Amino acid sequence: MSSSRLAAIVGVHNTPQGRRLENATSRALLVQAALGALADAGLALEDVDGVNAEPDAAGVIYDLSLGPAWQGRQFGIAAVPEAVSAIEAGQADVVLIAAGAARVYLDRASTAPWTRPENEFVAPWGLFTAAEFALVARRHMIMYGTTPEQLARVAATIRNNGHHNPEAVYYRRGPFKPEDILASRMVADPFHLLDCSMTSEGGCAIVVAAADRLPDVAARPVYLLGAGSDHFGPSYRYPPSWDLGGRRDGPVNGQVGGHAADRAFRHAGIGRADVDVLELYDPFSFEIIRQLEAFGFCGPGEGGPFVADGRIDITGSHPVTTDGGTMSFSHAGASPQMLQRVIRGVQQVRGQAGPLQVPGARIALCSGGGAGALFNVVVILGAEPS
Amino acid sequence: MTGPLAPLAPQHGDLPHAEPGPVTRPFWDGCAAGELRFQRCLRCRAAQFPPAEICRACLGADLAWERSAGVGTLYSWTVVHRPVTPAFEVPYAPAIVDLAEGYQMMTNLIGLPPDAITPGLAVQVEFHETGGGLHLPYFRPRTPS
Repeated sequence: MSSSRLAAIVGVHNTPQGRRLENATSRALLVQAALGALADAGLALEDVDGVNAEPDAAGVIYDLSLGPAWQGRQFGIAAVPEAVSAIEAGQADVVLIAAGAARVYLDRASTAPWTRPENEFVAPWGLFTAAEFALVARRHMIMYGTTPEQLARVAATIRNNGHHNPEAVYYRRGPFKPEDILASRMVADPFHLLDCSMTSEGGCAIVVAAADRLPDVAARPVYLLGAGSDHFGPSYRYPPSWDLGGRRDGPVNGQVGGHAADRAFRHAGIGRADVDVLELYDPFSFEIIRQLEAFGFCGPGEGGPFVADGRIDITGSHPVTTDGGTMSFSHAGASPQMLQRVIRGVQQVRGQAGPLQVPGARIALCSGGGAGALFNVVVILGAEPS
Repeated sequence: MTGPLAPLAPQHGDLPHAEPGPVTRPFWDGCAAGELRFQRCLRCRAAQFPPAEICRACLGADLAWERSAGVGTLYSWTVVHRPVTPAFEVPYAPAIVDLAEGYQMMTNLIGLPPDAITPGLAVQVEFHETGGGLHLPYFRPRTPS
């Protein structure tokens, strides 16, 4: 086995996304996405010898007759570095990462099921993800004077990206000014409705393959330059405290992702200034401000002013979440919404982001998770291997 | 909205909650008895909440339940206007409170209007029974004693 074996992302696909997709099921969307990503890669189902389809990779291996297959167990974008590691360690050659969600959110009198905690110390207080992330945002406002207007600037920016993205659920639903965000009804102070992600349905898939399979594949490979993963505990079971820390010195939960980003950049051998586009996870507007600080694109407490001057616009120095993210592109359940940050990063590095292409993008930083959920994962993608 | 906002009030509905386990039952028994309890590590003296089988600081297994004075300060909060389920009446105010004994807990604020909440507000516990016989430790502005 060669120790220098290299893996690359060779296929990506999003199915159509929608608030509701008629007659769709989660499994049908997953299959459609998987076939789309394999077609993008110029590979066939017969080539696949590894699968991650959390929370039911085993069921997908069985139903798609893909066994014997390596099985990935990471959730969200951590599935990508896990697949790369498996391939580079010789455990698989072609890994399919796929997800789909439909008909999951039916009881509209309550918030989406994946946002509702069941823990005995959380549930009776009426918490759900918007409230959990609001507790983090409020703490930042207390410490640094961050304003609702700065949060609204983030939401307007990302929603305007979706307004221009023909694939987005909320295509042509803008344009938005910060005042429009602030005028929408309050959900969980400081988050207005338009500061929050939507709910939707859709599927997506990513194919990772060994570089020695590259002559077979049609698409331009995109390489994992570095990755990192920060976890402080289970999501939605404990107070999402900014100051939650561990026994080692290091970033606290309010800076979750900072240690991951440092690891990812060190491994990639690049600096913050080398990143062309930031495909950041955007469950709520404030998370963009928090991640820009945690990842070292600005200093602690500087995120509010940083986003207020156009830097994060699609034409700015730090364009963020260019497909419209979970606020405007899609937010289909727990898993697809995360993987779609990496899919967008791949599209940008390939030059396939359409009207929202960042000119000449070669390096993309993608993220998933946030301080309200006590975890954050960072993936850095590049057009060339590091 | 016009006029002064009404003070936040405890919930009355049958709220979602999980069944206590052996490690957490003393806390809920305390709530039913009007007593706020937390764990104290007998080895390193750390205060601990939510409860666990071992001390999160020194990993000691010798933990004793103590009664909290139930006073603290407001660490962070939100005011929810879209309830997680229809069992909740809005607005309600999930909050994280720093207890005087040196631990944090999640709660809801009551007894003041949403626009009167301020960082570091001095608060004290107040128990209320909601639907289904659940006794919850709410926090309200501390009244000087």
